[in-house]
Amino acid sequence: MKIMLCPLNGARNINEFVYGGEVKAMPNHQTCSDKQWAEYVFYSDNTIKVVREWWFHSASSYWFIAERNTASDEIIRSYDPSEIFSDSVNFDHGLNHDGVKERDNG
Amino acid sequence: MPFSLLKYGLTNDYPFEDNMDLPLPMELKDNYDVVIIGGGGHGVATAYYLAKYHGITNVAILEKGYLGGGNTARNTAVIRSNYLTSEGVKFYSESVKLFQNLSNEFDFNIMYSSRGQLTLAHTDGAVRSFRQRTEVNKHFGGRTELIDPQQIQELVPTLNMNPANMPILAGLWHIDGATARHDAVAWGYAKGATQRGVELHQLTEVTNINTVKGKVVSVETNRGTVGCGCVVQAVAGHSSIVAAMAGFRMPLTSYPLQAMVTTPVKPFLDPLVSSSALHCYVQQTGRGEIVFGGGSDPYPLYNTRSTLELKESLIASAIEMFPFMANFKLLRQWAGTTDMTSDYSPIMGLSPVDGYYLDAGWGTWGFKATPICGKTMAQLVASGGKVPELIAPFAMERFDAFRQVNEMGATAASH
Repeated sequence: MKIMLCPLNGARNINEFVYGGEVKAMPNHQTCSDKQWAEYVFYSDNTIKVVREWWFHSASSYWFIAERNTASDEIIRSYDPSEIFSDSVNFDHGLNHDGVKERDNG
Repeated sequence: MPFSLLKYGLTNDYPFEDNMDLPLPMELKDNYDVVIIGGGGHGVATAYYLAKYHGITNVAILEKGYLGGGNTARNTAVIRSNYLTSEGVKFYSESVKLFQNLSNEFDFNIMYSSRGQLTLAHTDGAVRSFRQRTEVNKHFGGRTELIDPQQIQELVPTLNMNPANMPILAGLWHIDGATARHDAVAWGYAKGATQRGVELHQLTEVTNINTVKGKVVSVETNRGTVGCGCVVQAVAGHSSIVAAMAGFRMPLTSYPLQAMVTTPVKPFLDPLVSSSALHCYVQQTGRGEIVFGGGSDPYPLYNTRSTLELKESLIASAIEMFPFMANFKLLRQWAGTTDMTSDYSPIMGLSPVDGYYLDAGWGTWGFKATPICGKTMAQLVASGGKVPELIAPFAMERFDAFRQVNEMGATAASH
């Protein structure tokens, strides 16, 4: 059994976790080009080294970051995203869930 | 026979050097018209079609290990064309047709065995998608039928019709489905290519790729630098690594794919059988061994280790399908590194670098496409970069235009 050290729940079976992709900088989806957005969504370094990745503990719905060697599968470190990200992305920008601008009732 | 053996026992002249399938290792030349990175099935097939049909023989295949030693040796040798999209079905049907005549074309037995492939549906959703695949396949001239549980039982009497308490509702019966000896495919192409003057350089690892003004000019290897007119990259799991040497990124993620094989038993399984819900495919080889595999690992890795989790789940699924397999003994277990695209279709054609052609993103479905990849990549190279119609939908730029070719349902766990 392979063990992942979850920053929230401690050592758990890696089966409890879901891989969430490389940590990359997200372009501003309102101003970036289609190519830039495609780069962000589909393209990755996919390389052999210690990589910083998103992981998700499904039982507790907790996203965190792990540094893992993609050749040896050794998990070097795992930590809460707040170590890297100071604020969360706001997808709304005044839009509701249907992508329609909310009426200003003021 | 014994007398001729005795004769060669008493002389220094051995007959095999004139009669070898592959030429002896040689020095690298300074320059080649075409450099093919990767000596697997796809790479040697490209060289073969270039030499045989386009008369281009100043070609070097650079292979860091040995001929057909990567994913060509690690796949489960399934040949089929029952995909979902018209782009996919057209492409893979051509491949099946080429496979059918390959032993004759090589004058070398690739042990092509047309057994038929049966995919099982356990849900109404799967039955609906099978109906669509049947019609698309028929439309493009393939032989595929939707069959009911009674017909399935007649085809495979030993199959458990209620595996893991998920009753089998219907089957996608692909009559063209087949298998072949995967090593022999690589050997046949390599023999045909080298006989026509192509150079196969094994133990030759590409370490860097040089470009001038956006065009590829030379390739550095552990045995020196070679100039080149153009490059074909066919390196499967390591596509992103080699592309990075040429200076661009690819929409790929490399995952291990694990499979295993039992010791030989008496013949009981004629078709190749896979279950869409159990994510398991099972087939019996000509030697009587049972080969079975499943989906890729849950997270990316450049490593061919095996994991207990996947072994347990894969064996559990195989035993659900054929309960008496619980008494079989495992012979071998292995893994390969697969470069997965997000739409489960390959990446073929042009790259951001001029004269640098891609044959990548073959994930878990590359073996069945070996002949048609070789043929279309050779056309692409010979025409100086004019993309053949058959592979145009698989261009890497489809991701930039959000124009994916979705084959996920038809690929996952049927291979």
